[in-house]
Amino acid sequence: MVAYFTEIFTGLMSLFIGMGITFKEFFKPTVTVSYPYETLTMSARYRGHIELVENEEGNSQCVVCGLCEKACPSDCITLAGEKPEGGKKKVLTKYMLDFTKCSLCGSCVESCSFGAITFSKEYNLASTKKEDFYFDLLKRLEERNT
Amino acid sequence: MRLTLLNVIVAVVLAIAFAALNAAYLVWAERRGAARIQRRPGPNINGPFGLLQPPLDGIKLMAKQLTIPGGADKIMFITAPVLAMFPAIMSFVTIPFSDTIVAKNMSVGVLMIFAFASMGSMSLLFAGWSSRNKYSMMSSVRAVSQAVAYEIPMLITTITVVMIAGSTDLMEIVHQQSRSILHWNIFPLLGNSHNLLMPFSFLIFFICTLAETNRAPFDLGEAESELVAGFHTEYGSMGFGLFFMGEYANIVIGSCMTTILFLGGWSCPFGLFPGVWWFILKLYLLIATFIWIRWTFPRTTIYGLLNLSWKILIPLSLFNLLFTAGLIKVF
Repeated sequence: MVAYFTEIFTGLMSLFIGMGITFKEFFKPTVTVSYPYETLTMSARYRGHIELVENEEGNSQCVVCGLCEKACPSDCITLAGEKPEGGKKKVLTKYMLDFTKCSLCGSCVESCSFGAITFSKEYNLASTKKEDFYFDLLKRLEERNT
Repeated sequence: MRLTLLNVIVAVVLAIAFAALNAAYLVWAERRGAARIQRRPGPNINGPFGLLQPPLDGIKLMAKQLTIPGGADKIMFITAPVLAMFPAIMSFVTIPFSDTIVAKNMSVGVLMIFAFASMGSMSLLFAGWSSRNKYSMMSSVRAVSQAVAYEIPMLITTITVVMIAGSTDLMEIVHQQSRSILHWNIFPLLGNSHNLLMPFSFLIFFICTLAETNRAPFDLGEAESELVAGFHTEYGSMGFGLFFMGEYANIVIGSCMTTILFLGGWSCPFGLFPGVWWFILKLYLLIATFIWIRWTFPRTTIYGLLNLSWKILIPLSLFNLLFTAGLIKVF
């Protein structure tokens, strides 16, 4: 008989404690971000697709050594370069990234000794077409500069 | 004669409007409240504070096609949602919001409301039976066993209050409580009853109202994790909309009854600003508690639900009934 009433009492009390908790939570500020209207800044180590790093003149730092192309285990990277007339160094003319195959392993970023590529913070990458994921990184660099 | 007919029409129209408006905006309040408790903003895109969400939801529901599953009992399938909404609207007719605002006061008001409330489980049974869907069937069986289990302690508690008031007239019950705040039926000692157990009767009644309206934590009838959506699995369009509106109208009725039976109806504490707004305030505080409870507790099991009723609520309310009877005899 005593156990019966104790059970009812403790049960009822636990319900009130639970309601107290939700009551407190009700008045706390919201923690969510209403996504399309607000966005979070991505953390420093976030890995988006790779992008080219620019030097002071706004050009790519790439010297077209091709190490990233070789380092890529999935054959995502295709790049080409040429020596301009009178110039000493090679200049990048094409840098294609096939993001459909990329697994963001980072071997390309690691292999680059000139700091020419880095992970971007891009994550809005929805599309219905496969072709949208073949990125021309050189064009993206130009677009960023303009 | 013409005047009374006009009165009836006005009363019914007002009742339907009140029920529908409440249903629409309680959904909004529920979603906002749930969101606050879970620390989200809730619907806030359509209109200021998301206030246009309910009408837009309604338009969307009305624009959808009403499908009747093959093999379903057509007449019962169509009747069920109407039957969910109809008793709730009928109950509004006899609820006194204040001294003057009542469509039709009856000397058997309590009886009438409980008679119509018991029709609610009929609609669940109709819906589950006619859908030709095993989940709907299971859900309606649960809902009916739940309704049977919880109507008993609810009615016993109501009888306690009716015994104290000596009347089944809702107006009369409120009038007896309106002398001061301490005469409200929820308070023991100084009240009409001198009954120490009145706060517990209030709790029992409130728990039963939760269960009767199929609200969480007693929403076993529509346990999504087991029964898809329960009895309204096969309903789309406004069929579903009517079930939804019926549910919220029932919540309003339940809260109205709790206010009238235990919280002194429209009577004001300490003579402050007497008027209908005290009824509205108490009503919506109770509804807020409904929402608060729903988003606090997880769903019980069917055994837990029936155990609570048969092993705890019914013995306690029976004891309370005998105790009150004794007190009335002595004092």
